[in-house]
Amino acid sequence: MPVQTKGPNNQKQHQTGYIYTNVDETFQPLQVLSTDGKVIDEANMPALSDDQLRELMRRMVFTRIWDQRAIALNRQGRLGFYAPVAGQEASMIGSEFALNKEDFILPGYRDIPQLVWHGMPLYQAFLYSRGHQHGGQLPQDVNVLMPQIIIGAQIVEAAGVALGYKLRNEKRVAITYTGDGGSSQGDFYEGLNFAGAYQAPAIFVVQNNRFAISVPLEKQTKAETIAQKAVAAGIPGVQVDGMDVLAVYKAVKDAADRGRNGEGATLIECLTYRFGPHTLAGDDPTRYRTKEQESEWEQKDPLTRFRKYLESKKLWSEEDETQVIEEAKQAVAEAIKQADETPAMTVSGLIDSMFETLPESLKEQKAWFEGV
Amino acid sequence: MAQMTMIQAITDAMRIELARDPNVLLFGEDVGKNGGVFRATDGLQKEFGEHRVFDTPLAESGIGGLAVGLGLTGFRPIAEVQFIGFVFETFDQIASQATRMRYRSGGRYTSPITFRAPFGGGVKTPECHADPLEGLLTQTPGLKVVVPSNPYDAKGLLISAIRDNDPVFFLEHMKLYRSFRGEVPEGEYTVPIGKANVVKEGAHLTIITYGAMVHTSLKAAELAKKERGVDVEVIDLRTIQPIDTETILASVRKTNRAIVVQEAQRSAGVAAEVIAQINEKAILHLEAPVLRVTAPDTPYAFAQIEDKWLPTPERIVKTINEVLDF
Repeated sequence: MPVQTKGPNNQKQHQTGYIYTNVDETFQPLQVLSTDGKVIDEANMPALSDDQLRELMRRMVFTRIWDQRAIALNRQGRLGFYAPVAGQEASMIGSEFALNKEDFILPGYRDIPQLVWHGMPLYQAFLYSRGHQHGGQLPQDVNVLMPQIIIGAQIVEAAGVALGYKLRNEKRVAITYTGDGGSSQGDFYEGLNFAGAYQAPAIFVVQNNRFAISVPLEKQTKAETIAQKAVAAGIPGVQVDGMDVLAVYKAVKDAADRGRNGEGATLIECLTYRFGPHTLAGDDPTRYRTKEQESEWEQKDPLTRFRKYLESKKLWSEEDETQVIEEAKQAVAEAIKQADETPAMTVSGLIDSMFETLPESLKEQKAWFEGV
Repeated sequence: MAQMTMIQAITDAMRIELARDPNVLLFGEDVGKNGGVFRATDGLQKEFGEHRVFDTPLAESGIGGLAVGLGLTGFRPIAEVQFIGFVFETFDQIASQATRMRYRSGGRYTSPITFRAPFGGGVKTPECHADPLEGLLTQTPGLKVVVPSNPYDAKGLLISAIRDNDPVFFLEHMKLYRSFRGEVPEGEYTVPIGKANVVKEGAHLTIITYGAMVHTSLKAAELAKKERGVDVEVIDLRTIQPIDTETILASVRKTNRAIVVQEAQRSAGVAAEVIAQINEKAILHLEAPVLRVTAPDTPYAFAQIEDKWLPTPERIVKTINEVLDF
């Protein structure tokens, strides 16, 4: 697989002899399936059973439907903050599928699917969207943080979680996600550098979906790839076709194996695309994207590609698809019902959650709020 | 009892907690082999090993993030910010991450972190080393802020901070590190967070202060006694978030006059908060408005005028007289 390492063989020297201008000009993203669903890299085909392959497809279809329902619910005023995920299913679901239950996920604001497939109950995802504290009150065995709003903050935290596992000699990894914009943050470099320096089992996934709200990748960085930013931290950098669920799975599985084996951190750049707007809070992609570009990426739809592959192996049918769509619609309806039935947050409850023991000043403030 | 400087007391507190609880970790820039730029962590790496006491790369946000992440995995980090002026580089990890962890997760996760930083003026450091930024920290919901003024309190408060299951910012005044020694018991003891200390009893006026200004205020109290025969009470807040209002009110009810002394710039700081609390709860006990002695609202003064910029005993006495003559 295309793991970038530093060293003379991978570096091209400028003709003046001392200026390095390129990291690796032969660098290629990992891709297992072609856009028409044919295996093009047999050597990197992950070892997955037929059931696991079907499960990957089930989760991607489920997530696409849930995303569509969430957008509709948001427009009806029944959800709050929501960042659409369509287009990124392979990157999100393929990467989470490569983890173990005890691995820890530190998500960005769009990364709700990874949390849900890692065990976050769907109704709590909806409560989170509505700004309800119980959205973050997850069961003890669900090893995830709430979606991070500050771009990049989770990256330095992931280095800390990963170092914690290393210090405890636990075979667990911490995985964190950000977008192409997030790779410009200082925290991105600090997190990679810390994990590199401590050889901590962190996996940094950059879902390069081409736009940081409206700013295109070309204006985000002069680097040829985001994956090559790993070189500066002395950790492997991998670029993956993020519309190819098998390639994403393979890259993350290998990174997790390396982490568990004491080989430290990995940066993985997933080349993907968000089909929808940045969020549903008024973003209009027609201001900054072209129809040509949108249709070019729609040709790479991760669901279409993987469906073709599975159909060729007789592992997926129209009936399977219909069944998952119904299952997803029902699950969303039930989750919304459960979210509706959850008692509303209170200011008193919020005050109570500030400290283990409430100081006098907050007790007073609580009493005042309760009195009016 | 041993005689210790404040920095020795701080080292002693960390040694005790590192020995007591294997989940306590200590890290920051130069804290390992070098023992910290002030030697606050001297000998601790040698004693506890590189897994417990370690140097970080030079990046403050990384240090904050590391603390938050390690807190999530059950450790109790002591994270050193080398000088307070560098806290801006990690302020997101403190204000938006560590302090919000319990709230965001509805109590599922906490941040049992002790952030430590040297701060405070009068020692002629370069820019962005001494700045009294405690007002920023006290206005951060979910953060406790502790400022010891002597070796005994420093040890007891730091042990309390390390054992606290919520984030505590522990501010160490550079001028107090080695300026005097005090009696410090061997072994473990705690001074509770959130309790003020009446360091000098008096009848005519209360000075409420913290950190190095406790000592400046005690000098002012002596001057006022000498010049005017005034008997001043001095309260050391010790914790500036949360503030021990009860101790302040009890004193104000007795003396009926108060001033607040802080090293920090004037506006919207700890002094303003103390005055607001007195107004809310004891206004009818006052014979005069509560005044404050502070630095002016400018960036921290360059070394040449630092000593004039910071509150002096003379300026405090002048303010005492203004209150008495109201």
